Amino acid sequence: MKSKSRFTRNDAELVLISLPTVIWYVLFTYLPMFGIVIAFKNFRPLPRASFITSLIKSDWVGIQNFKFLFATPDAWIMMRNTLAYNAVFIVLGIIVPVTLAIMISQLYSQRLAKVCQTAMFLPHFLSWVVVSYFLFAFLSTDKGLINRTIQSLGKDLITWYAEPKYWPYILVLLNMWKTVGYGMVVYLAGISGIDQSLYEAAIIDGATKLQQVRHITVPMLRPIMIIMFILSVGRIFSTDFGLFYNIPRNSGAIIGVTQTVDVYVYKALMSMNNIGFSSSAAFLQSILGFITITTANLIVRKIDPESSLF
Amino acid sequence: MAKNKNKVLTSGVERFNRVSLPTNILFSLVFILLALLTVIPLIFVIIVSFSSAESVRKIGYSFVPLEWSLSAYRYLFDLRQVVGRSFLVSIGTTVVGTIIGLFLNSTMGYVLSRRSFALRKHFTLLIFIPMLFSGGLVSTYLINTQVLKLGNTYWALILPIAVSSFYIIVLRTFFQTTIPDSLVESAQIDGASQLTIYSKIVMPISLPALATIGLFLTFGYWNSWFPAMLYIQSSHQHMYPLQYVLMSIEKSIQFLTDNAQFLITQEALRSIPQESIRMALVVIVVLPIACSYPFFQKYFISGLTIGAVKG
Repeated sequence: MKSKSRFTRNDAELVLISLPTVIWYVLFTYLPMFGIVIAFKNFRPLPRASFITSLIKSDWVGIQNFKFLFATPDAWIMMRNTLAYNAVFIVLGIIVPVTLAIMISQLYSQRLAKVCQTAMFLPHFLSWVVVSYFLFAFLSTDKGLINRTIQSLGKDLITWYAEPKYWPYILVLLNMWKTVGYGMVVYLAGISGIDQSLYEAAIIDGATKLQQVRHITVPMLRPIMIIMFILSVGRIFSTDFGLFYNIPRNSGAIIGVTQTVDVYVYKALMSMNNIGFSSSAAFLQSILGFITITTANLIVRKIDPESSLF
Repeated sequence: MAKNKNKVLTSGVERFNRVSLPTNILFSLVFILLALLTVIPLIFVIIVSFSSAESVRKIGYSFVPLEWSLSAYRYLFDLRQVVGRSFLVSIGTTVVGTIIGLFLNSTMGYVLSRRSFALRKHFTLLIFIPMLFSGGLVSTYLINTQVLKLGNTYWALILPIAVSSFYIIVLRTFFQTTIPDSLVESAQIDGASQLTIYSKIVMPISLPALATIGLFLTFGYWNSWFPAMLYIQSSHQHMYPLQYVLMSIEKSIQFLTDNAQFLITQEALRSIPQESIRMALVVIVVLPIACSYPFFQKYFISGLTIGAVKG
């Protein structure tokens, strides 16, 4: 092997091939990372100056933007919503797909399993925009199927898009509806990779089906579960923008239970035009996300070095 | 799949070890119910799109409309200059984006798969850091619009989502396991440059992996609306992809009819079946996906499985 310190013609060619992608990374990921300092500035676009010049010339204001942000009730509400929804998503996002994957692998009919699994994978391929219309067909106040059914039973109509109390359930259910098929695929791949002789040995020892699941299937799936866990904990300060923006149809009446950090950052930037608020919220999201994913990984590495992500 | 093989090998054991019949029936019912829950909303929306405006007005969205009608699709066809345009934007960004994305992801994936590459560690770090830390929406938006000048361009719909570290890792893992260093070295002895090796040897034998990533990209672009929402202002509605037309449909129906006044009469304008038009657009957006994904599913699954290998 050639020594690592020598930069050969071969290396130069490889750098050349990957140059477009390196440039992409610099422009679309690293440049914005430096742009994050905007959260500590009183940013004003200067006339006839480039963005970078404006950014450099605008005043440092320390944590003033953050102080202003947390003086508004919005900040606490969006933080609470983000963390609460993600906590539920993380727990259900592991328990439900694992359970369903184990159940579907037990069906007698392989064909039924395949058909059901394919159907349940469908929502993964749909955008939230499309899903919001699916939901609207059921929940629309005057034309929706549910209200028309309620009407025919002679009960009072529900203005779904204005009633906060239903939305935590709707959002959690819809998120499960869209993601569970994907999770099942991941865990089914794990199940099919388990050495069958483990089960044979267990049968000889007289283990029941439930004991086999508890002592073989679940432990063998643990590494995948841990990786999925680290990844979702790392994203605990981010939410699926489409779920929280498109599904509630941007309805103001239910904002208290639907607004998450991502939705807030978008609105503060595009509708309120408040760069101070939006950039400080976005900064917190980036930094806290980075801290949580590295911490989660560190803890896992301490307990079970094999399963850690990096 | 692998399960079938196991079935042949261990059919005796499997028969002995399977769940009881009542459990099987219960589980089957659960999965039939779950499968219906995912498919029924789609069927419902298809039915609504074929309902007449009169029926929707009288009994709302229903599985059994009073009257079937093609009028929503006829209106969309009348508006083909406008709807067709965003259809072309969707197809165009999907095709161009997939090609660019395949190029950018596979070149980096190939370079990272070469163990002898001197900067391998540095480049791995380069693609790994953005997986942990990002500049966030505000800074990304300002850089893309102010520095890179992507606002109101088709590039804004294509470039920001062309590369993903996940895709690169999947491709790298694939190249590492299928293209031995000895193959590359012997080609180099024959005088081939890395560029020739990449394009003439690596690409042709990596078609399955490229198909997988190509599909991820294709579905990603077809379903994308966020870049349009951020970077295309309402003064440039002709650049909206279908997904975003659908999202801003209230405004869009206005826009469609404003632009189509010379195409249809005022009287016809008033009787536009707005409700069904929305659902017809949903059907147009979803049907290509719903019809094709069952056939491509196995490529997706193989991509997810390769991606799960850590490294």
